[in-house]
Amino acid sequence: MLETIWFLLWGVLWAVYFALDGFDLGMGMLKPFLARNEFEKRVIYNAAGPFWDGNEVWLIAAGGVTFAAFPLAYAAMFSGLYTALMLLLFALIIRGVSFEFRSKIDSPGWKAFWDGCQTVGSFLPALLLGVAFANIFKGLPLDQNQIMHGGVIDLLNPYGLAGGVLFVLLFLVHGALWLTIKAEGDLRERAAATAAKLWPVLAVVIVLFLAYTFVATKLFDNYFLYPALFLILVLPVGGLVLTRVFLAARKFWLAWGASAVLIIGTTLFGVVGLFPALLPSSLNPAWSLTATDAGIKASSSPLTLAIMLGVALVFVPIVLGYQFWVYKTFSFPVTQEDLEY
Amino acid sequence: MDALMLSRLQFAAATMFHFIFVPLTLGLSVLIAGMETAYVRTGKEIYLRMAKFWGKLFLINFVLGVVTGITLEFQFGTNWSRYSAYVGDIFGSLLAIEATAAFFLESTFIGVWVFGWKRLSPKAHAIVAWLVAGAGNLSAIWILIANGFMQNPLGYAIRNGRAELTDFLAVVGNPFAWQQFAHTILGAFCVAGFFVMGLSAWHLVRKSHEEFFGASLRLGAGVALVASILVAAQGHFHGNEVARIQPAKLAAMEAHWNTQANAPMYLLQIPGENGENALEALPVPSLLSILAYNDPNAVVKGLNDFPAADRPPVTITFLAFRAMVGIGTLMPLIALFAWFKRRDLGKYPWFLKLLPWTIPLPYLGMQAGWVVAEVGRQPWIVYGLMRTSDAVSPVSGGQVGFTLVAIVALYTLLGAAGFFLAGRTVVQGPDAAH
Repeated sequence: MLETIWFLLWGVLWAVYFALDGFDLGMGMLKPFLARNEFEKRVIYNAAGPFWDGNEVWLIAAGGVTFAAFPLAYAAMFSGLYTALMLLLFALIIRGVSFEFRSKIDSPGWKAFWDGCQTVGSFLPALLLGVAFANIFKGLPLDQNQIMHGGVIDLLNPYGLAGGVLFVLLFLVHGALWLTIKAEGDLRERAAATAAKLWPVLAVVIVLFLAYTFVATKLFDNYFLYPALFLILVLPVGGLVLTRVFLAARKFWLAWGASAVLIIGTTLFGVVGLFPALLPSSLNPAWSLTATDAGIKASSSPLTLAIMLGVALVFVPIVLGYQFWVYKTFSFPVTQEDLEY
Repeated sequence: MDALMLSRLQFAAATMFHFIFVPLTLGLSVLIAGMETAYVRTGKEIYLRMAKFWGKLFLINFVLGVVTGITLEFQFGTNWSRYSAYVGDIFGSLLAIEATAAFFLESTFIGVWVFGWKRLSPKAHAIVAWLVAGAGNLSAIWILIANGFMQNPLGYAIRNGRAELTDFLAVVGNPFAWQQFAHTILGAFCVAGFFVMGLSAWHLVRKSHEEFFGASLRLGAGVALVASILVAAQGHFHGNEVARIQPAKLAAMEAHWNTQANAPMYLLQIPGENGENALEALPVPSLLSILAYNDPNAVVKGLNDFPAADRPPVTITFLAFRAMVGIGTLMPLIALFAWFKRRDLGKYPWFLKLLPWTIPLPYLGMQAGWVVAEVGRQPWIVYGLMRTSDAVSPVSGGQVGFTLVAIVALYTLLGAAGFFLAGRTVVQGPDAAH
């Protein structure tokens, strides 16, 4: 029971991470295309300003919870995906520093350098996380000793890349919608138009990805076993449709919220399909790393899971509470006066 | 080189670079929160300007600390997966608690701190500063409890082929971890004190912003004085704990080979690695016994009574310990002079010119101290429980070597950019008063 709760919490943490950091990664990718002058560039940096650092901690928390609740999965995943994770790490490092350093010196070369870091540092995590999760959905070549066979090139298979494209598109739309909230005037209009243009592409990719998932993975098995689970699809489908509806109605907060529901729903759809496997083995189902006894059990001891559940039940609502306050406090559009980055 | 040695080098490089920034974050965040509180209490603008000026340097330092910290959480899995699988039940949960209970708070409110100057009242902004400072120090507690488990594993049982948690309170209450926390935090305040003192002196020598940097220097001197005296005093008790719990580390710290009562300490000593020292001269009778056990007759176990396979590298541990203790002795003397002459330091220009050069001292002391703690723990990754050689991931040396080079190159670039930016910020000085 504890294992199942932790499996779901594990999925929820990743989903919240994607929904929150997704928009600032998306803005980082959009900036070279959307910003027409220095002021607009800074608006985009400052639109992420008070939020990006807190958002990124959800990744640290998701990684930490994988370590705490499923140490064997953490060990196999991080060592098996060594090169991909190191690339993700380098991307997050240069991106984080670019926020803080970029506008401190008024030199075009200095700013262009950090702008480049911001773009690369936003695109790579979106792509790599998509590739990594698609490969997890599909199953990784894990042997009975939890050792992964194959390198980073093997991750770039068609289904893995499709996952990467899906994540990049999800985050692009999410980021454009955040800019409709935090930018004004021309930039806001361009952001809204970009979201509207990207939406049909995203819709097509989602449908294709679902069909591909049906063919390439065993993710649907749980759903055919318990058809009631198909109700989860209400989240991504509803989120996708409502994103477009609210965008057309220029209800930008609601459109962004719907896009967040889409991202959370997409993640949960995958995670529920995975259950009970955290890392399915493509070599032999019995070698999958699982939360329960179905494969190789990756869970921590019941005592650790119980203590960690207590910690999560106390602190996650508190975190959500103060982060909500921060979003509310800084919900206004960025003006010249608010430029700190 | 094999994946093991390369992974050790990679972890050492990543941790030591990360730890350039952490101590200043821990100490300076508290000083800045104090400045903001002083502003709220007195309404004097100088305190606000102080918080903003030192805050600029704090932020450059903070972001480098944050991004290099992510590396470490990744590395336990990427490079030390066997360790992670073996002790994740305990160690992983401590890292997860750190993230949820402390790091979230720090990272969320640092954004509010930066963007909140115009949106929050001075009082609310000061509260945010305290949240950031408190959360950073809370993070340090959890990280050092995790490290404490590696130094002195408690509250576990070996079950299902791994270390499983049996007593959470024993893990959290680990006395060794709390000694390390006290030592680290006090060291961090030394870093912050000498940092503020040294940079203020740089401006005072140039007679720029004298009121502003005079006040900053007095604050820095006070913090440096208290922290440098306390860290030395507490260090003695920490040493007693090492002697009791990790006798092999203590023996390596002193290059002490032969078990004996009334163990002396040598004023002149060149360590060796194989059974004896190259040189031992000018003994102070019983001093080692006194320092380690507060008893001149105490028996101090020598390295020769540990199996060769269980001995830490002696020379590195010995030299790092001496560097730390030497710096720890020097710091209170400098801080004492600065504090007692704080009202008329203008009469001692040589001292003002010297102070900026003392900024590296506490940094070097802390790096050396952690070399003692971590190298002195070898060959164990978890003392007495798991060997470092059994902990490394099944990855190729090529992968690790390549990322080691990439990390060093990237960090060098970031470090240079940060140093350049901080230097500019210092030279520019504080914003003008309104």
